[in-house]
Amino acid sequence: MSSRGAASSSGGPQLGTSESSTRISKKPKYSRFTQQELPACKPILTPGWVIATFIAVGIIFIPIGLASLFASQRVVEIVHRYDEECVPPIFSGNQLAYIQSSITNKTCTKNFTVPKRMKGPVYVYYQLDNFYQNHRRYVKSRSDKQLRSKAGELDTSTCKPEATTGNNSPIVPCGLIAWSLFNDTYGFSMKNKVLNVSKKNIAWKSDQEHKFGSDVYPKNFQSGGLIGGAKLNASIPLSEQEDLIVWMRTAALPTFRKLYGKIETDLEANDEITVVIQNNYNTYSFGGRKRLVLSTTSWIGGKNDFLGIAYLTVGGFCMFLAIGFILLYVIKPRPLGDPAFLSWNRNPSGIMN
Amino acid sequence: MKRYVYINDDESARDLYCDNCISNRKYTLLNFIPKNLWEQFSRFMNQYFLLIACLQLWPLITPVNPASTWGPLIFIFAVSATKEAWDDYNRYLSDKKANEKEVWVVMHGIRKLVQAQDIHVGNIIWLRENDEVPCDLVLIGTSDPQGVCYIETAALDGETDLKTRVIPSACMGIDSELLHKIKGVIECPSPDKDIRRFDANLRLFPPFLDNDVCPLTIKNTILQSCYLRNTEWACGVAVYTGNETKLGMCRGIPEPKLTAMDAMIDKLTGAIFVFQIVVVIVLGIAGNVWKDTEARKQWYVKYPEESPWFELLIIPLRFELLCSIMIPISIKVSLDLVKSLYAKFIDWDNEMIDQETGTPSHATNTAISEDLGQVEYILTDKTGTLTENKMIFRRCCINGVFYGNDSGDALKDVELHNAVSSRSPDVIHFLTVMAICNTVIPMKTKTGDIFYKAQSQDEDALVHAAARLHMVFVNKNANILEIKFNGSTIQYEVLETLEFTSDRKRMSVVVKDCQNGKILLLTKGADEAILPIACPGQQTRAFFEAVEQYSQLGLRTLCLAWRQLKEDEYEEWSLLFKEANSTLVDREWRIAEVCQRLEHDLEILGVTAIEDRLQDGVPETIEALRKAGINFWMLTGDKQNTAIQIALSCNFISPEPKGQLLLIDGKTEDEVRQSLERVLLTMRITTSEPKDVAFVVDGWALEIALKYYRKAFTELAILSRTAICCRVTPSQKAQLVELLKSCDYRTLAIGDGGNDVRMIQQADIGVGISGREGLQAARAADYSIGKFRFLKRLILVHGRYSYNRTAFLSQYSFYKSLLICFIQIFFSFISGVSGTSLFNSLSLMAYNVFYTSIPVLVSVLDKDLSEETVMQHPQILFYCQAGRLLNPSTFAGWFGRSLFHAIVVFVISIHAYAYEKSEMDEVSMVALSGCIWLQAFVVTLETNSFTILQCIAIWGNLASFYFINWIFSAIPSSGMYTIMFRLCRQPSYWTTVFLIVAAGMGPILALKYFRYTYRPSKINILQQAERLGGPILSLGSIEPQPRPILEKEVSPLSITQPKNRNPVYEPLLSDSPNTRRSFGSGAPFDFFQTQSRLSSSYSRNKDN
Repeated sequence: MSSRGAASSSGGPQLGTSESSTRISKKPKYSRFTQQELPACKPILTPGWVIATFIAVGIIFIPIGLASLFASQRVVEIVHRYDEECVPPIFSGNQLAYIQSSITNKTCTKNFTVPKRMKGPVYVYYQLDNFYQNHRRYVKSRSDKQLRSKAGELDTSTCKPEATTGNNSPIVPCGLIAWSLFNDTYGFSMKNKVLNVSKKNIAWKSDQEHKFGSDVYPKNFQSGGLIGGAKLNASIPLSEQEDLIVWMRTAALPTFRKLYGKIETDLEANDEITVVIQNNYNTYSFGGRKRLVLSTTSWIGGKNDFLGIAYLTVGGFCMFLAIGFILLYVIKPRPLGDPAFLSWNRNPSGIMN
Repeated sequence: MKRYVYINDDESARDLYCDNCISNRKYTLLNFIPKNLWEQFSRFMNQYFLLIACLQLWPLITPVNPASTWGPLIFIFAVSATKEAWDDYNRYLSDKKANEKEVWVVMHGIRKLVQAQDIHVGNIIWLRENDEVPCDLVLIGTSDPQGVCYIETAALDGETDLKTRVIPSACMGIDSELLHKIKGVIECPSPDKDIRRFDANLRLFPPFLDNDVCPLTIKNTILQSCYLRNTEWACGVAVYTGNETKLGMCRGIPEPKLTAMDAMIDKLTGAIFVFQIVVVIVLGIAGNVWKDTEARKQWYVKYPEESPWFELLIIPLRFELLCSIMIPISIKVSLDLVKSLYAKFIDWDNEMIDQETGTPSHATNTAISEDLGQVEYILTDKTGTLTENKMIFRRCCINGVFYGNDSGDALKDVELHNAVSSRSPDVIHFLTVMAICNTVIPMKTKTGDIFYKAQSQDEDALVHAAARLHMVFVNKNANILEIKFNGSTIQYEVLETLEFTSDRKRMSVVVKDCQNGKILLLTKGADEAILPIACPGQQTRAFFEAVEQYSQLGLRTLCLAWRQLKEDEYEEWSLLFKEANSTLVDREWRIAEVCQRLEHDLEILGVTAIEDRLQDGVPETIEALRKAGINFWMLTGDKQNTAIQIALSCNFISPEPKGQLLLIDGKTEDEVRQSLERVLLTMRITTSEPKDVAFVVDGWALEIALKYYRKAFTELAILSRTAICCRVTPSQKAQLVELLKSCDYRTLAIGDGGNDVRMIQQADIGVGISGREGLQAARAADYSIGKFRFLKRLILVHGRYSYNRTAFLSQYSFYKSLLICFIQIFFSFISGVSGTSLFNSLSLMAYNVFYTSIPVLVSVLDKDLSEETVMQHPQILFYCQAGRLLNPSTFAGWFGRSLFHAIVVFVISIHAYAYEKSEMDEVSMVALSGCIWLQAFVVTLETNSFTILQCIAIWGNLASFYFINWIFSAIPSSGMYTIMFRLCRQPSYWTTVFLIVAAGMGPILALKYFRYTYRPSKINILQQAERLGGPILSLGSIEPQPRPILEKEVSPLSITQPKNRNPVYEPLLSDSPNTRRSFGSGAPFDFFQTQSRLSSSYSRNKDN
């Protein structure tokens, strides 16, 4: 920098302002922003900070991981796959014919034992595998307007190919999602006593109140040539059709669970539970599996070890890195910002020549 | 091709050649929209966005609302079109003004006032004093009986001095009344852009003269945009008009400049585009295969059995649209935005305000600031750019007596004034030579003050100095010069003028003293041209010493000498001179030879020292920029010696033994080739040595070299870090820029005059100095600065920061787009490869234009190193020059990072939100939150300095992400009603997000820390040094200590030489002959030394 430049820059703002009164008005106003001189914090990655960060992350993550793993382990879950078992052996070669036939007996009874005490409410889910609720054709095939209010009944343009009946009257609720509503049912009993499964409040309150109109009644539903899934009671408004509302919350993954109902009572260990399954829903054509799931819940939700394990892994990894960096720092200390590392200082002619 | 111009023939030329309508416009009213759109769409990115926008109009395949692409697209186009239209309108206005200017033209034999645009080839134009010349004319008459007129050619070649033009011999003596009846034919070449050459013939038709063909040269022309000065009137024949004039041909339309960075971004965009196409094809095929094998079985999807013909295309096109965000449309908007902010920072910079005039720096072109950081070659003009273009007479040595050494200003030296008033004959003679041995024209203003019009600034300085010493040159009336000395008037008659040529390096006048009839030869010239021809008896030692001393101080020296001629000697010589003057072959050489016969046995009167002051801080600036790895070329219209002298004094070239000058010259092809080969050979040998090798070339040799030996010259240009090109024309300057550009170098041209305009426009970056030669260069330039020294700040601070910031911004823009795009791609694998978008339109749009662009925009405030550190270590610019911060490999790093982050976000989201929680809207918001959090941490990690604005933008943005989503979650009709509230209440949401952050940032932090500490770049080292408060002064490049300001006021000379180079230099100023001598041989700025070195290295070359 030239001597004058240096002098004026060190003089800084005072010099500028004292002179500016005599200068021509073209001179821009001095401000720290325009001069790019806003006070700034300039942290650098010193070993101390980095190692401390990794240790801190490790220290925080490992307990959280343990806690969530513990919570997940405490969740009692009964998973029971029934799609294969519920097909009578004579149809085992042709499951599709069994499920598509209207005359075959679809009822199927299963027993299972509660392994551990399950504190109520016990949630009953059905789990579908290899079912693409997130397929583009599927996920777009619905009409929120129509679901919301009666006024939108004719708004079925997005519902193709399940928009209208043959004579152009709109289907309510239209679209593939509603059409393919899950229709297996479960009847629970314990010690020959019916175990009550509450189907109330299984859908989101917000959906019931704002997304599914109380004045919208099913109309022309499942009346076409091809029946998809469940039929709806045309005298109950959509806002009360909780199974539909749950189904219409499409899943992001091809494996998903949807809430079927809640058992409000506690289940004791070694309780024998009998389920009578109406196995109506066709997953056989695409090899999808069906499972019945009974599960308690915890602060992180259902039984899912992923978060706990991931937290422990990341926490452990951070600790490992911290220790590694400490060792590196001890074994091979390296002074920061040594001008001797500048190549043009080592070799005066440097890279330029 | 030749053109025949029939003088005063109203009909013939009218249709043949264009009229004099000047047009610099790019568009017309009709073609504006198509041409502008065409131009905008010639950029690949724009074509791409248009294609995407069009595809989005098809509802079957679009994942998002088309307005999200159309809106920004139309906005971008409207803005740039408006800008173009405004610029073109301004050009139209200025053209109109020039075209409608009224001039006197002879039409049908009558002189009429017509608009300039109606002039046709062959018309006779009358100009009055101070008129601007409307088109290229061949002179046929002037008010001067000798047929001379003076013109100012500043607009053409930037030289402010007056030039003389003469009418062709054939027109000599034609009565002014008859001029507009003149008829004849001019045979001239087709229009070209060479403003130094005009090879034509003129033949006048009877009754004016005989049928002899009279040759015309450039001396007989006055060219468009010159001004007629000191001449009452002049008249000429239009030969080139409109855009076909020499100026018009020179002009050329400046092409829109694209920075190296833009080119790199375009290249990367292209690569991403290819990647995108590959992804689309792969996914498209996979999608179609999945559809045909799996989806047919998934009855609930209800694929129709029959499908339209384009069915196969639908899935690939969906993926194309889904992946279209890979190339962020926001990048163009953000880049435009930050670029204009860079430009504003330049405009606002207080440290780049010229304190003398109060002119701030200005960035006219707001789009190329990054290029400033990548400059590899600087081509600089000399006069007015490096120097102040203000010649001041400083010292003199008259007959061995030194004046002005104590005070640094001879005009204030009492002894000199005493000598003048005591009428010491030596001094009187000295002053006489100073006053009249020149081609200066004195002029009187209305108030009676005298001012001088001089061809050279040196002469101007000498005449002024003489006037200050009471020898006032008052009048020049034809051949009679009038001088006032102490009240008495002395008249001299000029008998002959022996003009200055660069070979002779001296000029002389032969005058007759009207008082006593003595004939005197007065000579001034370079020392090596005068001192050897001193009369044998004279002691010239004192003069040698004076010259040595002065040139050490960086002063321009001239030796003055005289000789009294005997009458018969003069008469005899005069005949020879006249004969030589009329020779046709080798005239210049003949004249030089004849002149030499007269110029001998001179009595040396003394030495003058004129200061062409370097601008403040020039040597430091050049040194710093050279350290930064920038190569300097000096292109000057000035003569070789002056150029070398200035080059030495401003650190441009190093003196021996560190530096070496190689000369390329020659008048013929062969000579130039030989000398070029010699220089190349030396250059190749010396590249391994740590030596500053520079070559010097003059305009003539350059022309030959560029024409015939372009390849060799290009090689030389690549090898040589420094070059001095003297006596080059504006178009040669531009050619040199072109040459360097063709070798893929980033060039910056800096100049101040009209002669630099072409070079400025040609270069990647043009910088104009708003200096004494007017604002022409500043207007044409991309940047205008007040002083040369601001260049350092412009490049090292503004250019470097701009480069760094854009490098981050552009790569980050790609990173964030790729991140979200990769997530979409991964998602498509679990959604049956059907092209479902995980994110809703609203989130996608907000992600690109809002969530991710705001934090990165404030990176324009980021400073990796403080300004002081950069100034102390200009070498750090290397990182920008070599494009180390934005290139395919850094980009690959960002690409990898986005892939890694996408995997982290995707895997964690779908596993943490699996089974009963795998609700589409929730998973999508979890993934988006993960992205936004990662963005915040990535920006934080990559930011070097946090100002309050950055903190607000980064963390405020994160907060506003939640705020906006809460708002949307509160609207019942929106798709994501209650989602965000629901999520924020779940502990698993927060644990998921923190897990994403830790898993995403941990490895990156570790890697960065490892690199930072164990494989640091130079930037990192300086950062560490700067911020830990360690010693940042480097060992090798300790800056010159700031000199006390007082010193400058006492002795302005001291700034003309870089004192830091030679601290022991100080005693010289105290003027002691002994110390002076002891330094004589080794001192760096020795004119003779340089010359002898030049010749020695030259001869050495010969030996090779």
